[in-house]
Amino acid sequence: MLATLVIVFREVIEAGLIVGIVLAATKGVARRGFWVSLGIGAGALGACVVALFASQIAALFQGSGQEIFNASVLLAAVIMLAWHNSWMASHGQDMARQMQAVGGAVAAGQRPMTALAIVIGVAVLREGSEIVLFLYGIANSGSESALAMVAGGMLGILGGALLSALMYFGLVAIPMRRLFAVTTWLITLLAAGMASQAVVFLQQAGYFQSFAEPLWDTSAILPEDSIPGRLLRSLIGYSDSPTAAQLAAYLLTIAVIITLMRMVGRRRGAATGSLAKT
Amino acid sequence: MRPIGSKLSILAAAAFASALLLQGAPARAEDAQVFNITIKDHKFDPAELHVPAGKPIILVVKNADETAEEFESSVLKVEKIIAGGQQGTVRLRPLAAGSYAFVGEFHEDTASGKVIAE
Repeated sequence: MLATLVIVFREVIEAGLIVGIVLAATKGVARRGFWVSLGIGAGALGACVVALFASQIAALFQGSGQEIFNASVLLAAVIMLAWHNSWMASHGQDMARQMQAVGGAVAAGQRPMTALAIVIGVAVLREGSEIVLFLYGIANSGSESALAMVAGGMLGILGGALLSALMYFGLVAIPMRRLFAVTTWLITLLAAGMASQAVVFLQQAGYFQSFAEPLWDTSAILPEDSIPGRLLRSLIGYSDSPTAAQLAAYLLTIAVIITLMRMVGRRRGAATGSLAKT
Repeated sequence: MRPIGSKLSILAAAAFASALLLQGAPARAEDAQVFNITIKDHKFDPAELHVPAGKPIILVVKNADETAEEFESSVLKVEKIIAGGQQGTVRLRPLAAGSYAFVGEFHEDTASGKVIAE
C-alpha cells in the first residue's frame, strides 16, 4: 500500500501544482471550473489511452517515441502558457481594475481558458499515464491486495490534492492587485521548467547530445528525486545537474515570454492612450 | 483580437524554427555501442554495467516482468517507462569516468543498479 501511496502522491502532486497555479491565475473567471474540469477529465482519459498504447508509442522514432511524445506535449504546454501570459499582459490590468470595482464577482472578458485547459490536460496526461501503468502492473501481479491498492491510490490522490489546495489557497490569499503579477511569474517559470524538461527528453532521444554534459551538480544539497526536489522541478524547473541545452531552453523561454509580454503590453498601452477609456 | 493572431504566428514560427533545429540536430550516433539490461523480478541484470567512458551509449532495457517499470536516473538524466514484456531504448550522452546510479522507480526497494563508465 505504501508503495502505491508514494508513487500516486508523487505524480498527483506534480500535476496538482500546475492545476493550483492555473486556478489561482484564473481567479474570478466565469466558468473556469468547467474548463479546469475539462482539462482534468480529458487528461485522465488521455492518460488511459497513452497507457494502453504505451508500447506502440515507445516503438516509434527508433525506440525513442516516448521521449518525443513527452517533449512534444511539454512544448505544446509551453506555447499555451506563453499565450496566456501575453494575453494577460494586454488585458490583465483592466481586468484587475474591473474586478476590484465589482468585488471580483464578474469576470472580465474571455480568458484564454482553452490554453490553460490544455496545459492542465497535458499535465494530467503525463503524470496520469504513469499512475495507470503503475497501478495496472500492481493489479496484474497481485503483489498487493485490491483493497491495499485502492486505499494507497486514494490516499495518494488525497494527499496530492491537499498539497495542491494548500498551494492554491496560499496564492489566492495574495491581494488581487498583486495576484496576477505573481501568477504571471509563476507561469513564466513553469513554462521555462517545462521547456528544460522537454530538452532532457530530446537528449534522451539522442538530440543535442553535444550539449548534454551537466554544468554543475547540486544533488548533494537538494537531490532532484527527493520530494522537495520534485516539487521544485515541477514548479520552477529545478534540476540538480542541468545541461547547457537545458539552461539555454530555460533562459530562452523566459526571454521569449517577457519579450512577448512587453510587445503586447506596449501595443495595448498605445491603444488605450489614443482611445477613450471605456 | 489582432495582437493574439500575430502573437500566435510568432509562436508558430518559433515552433517551426525549433522543428527545423531538430532536423538539423547532430546526426544520431549510429556507431554508439549497445548494452543490454534485463529487468526480472524487479531486479536489474546486470546490476552493474561497465561501459567505456567518453563514448555514446545505447542502453536497451528489457523488461521481463509482467509489470511496467520506470527506468530512472537523475545523474544519467533518464526517465523512461517500459511496459511489461517490452523493451526500451535509452540514449546516453558520452559519460565521464565514474559511477552513475539508476533505479526502477516503481520498485525502488529492489530495482537499483549503476552504470560504471571507465
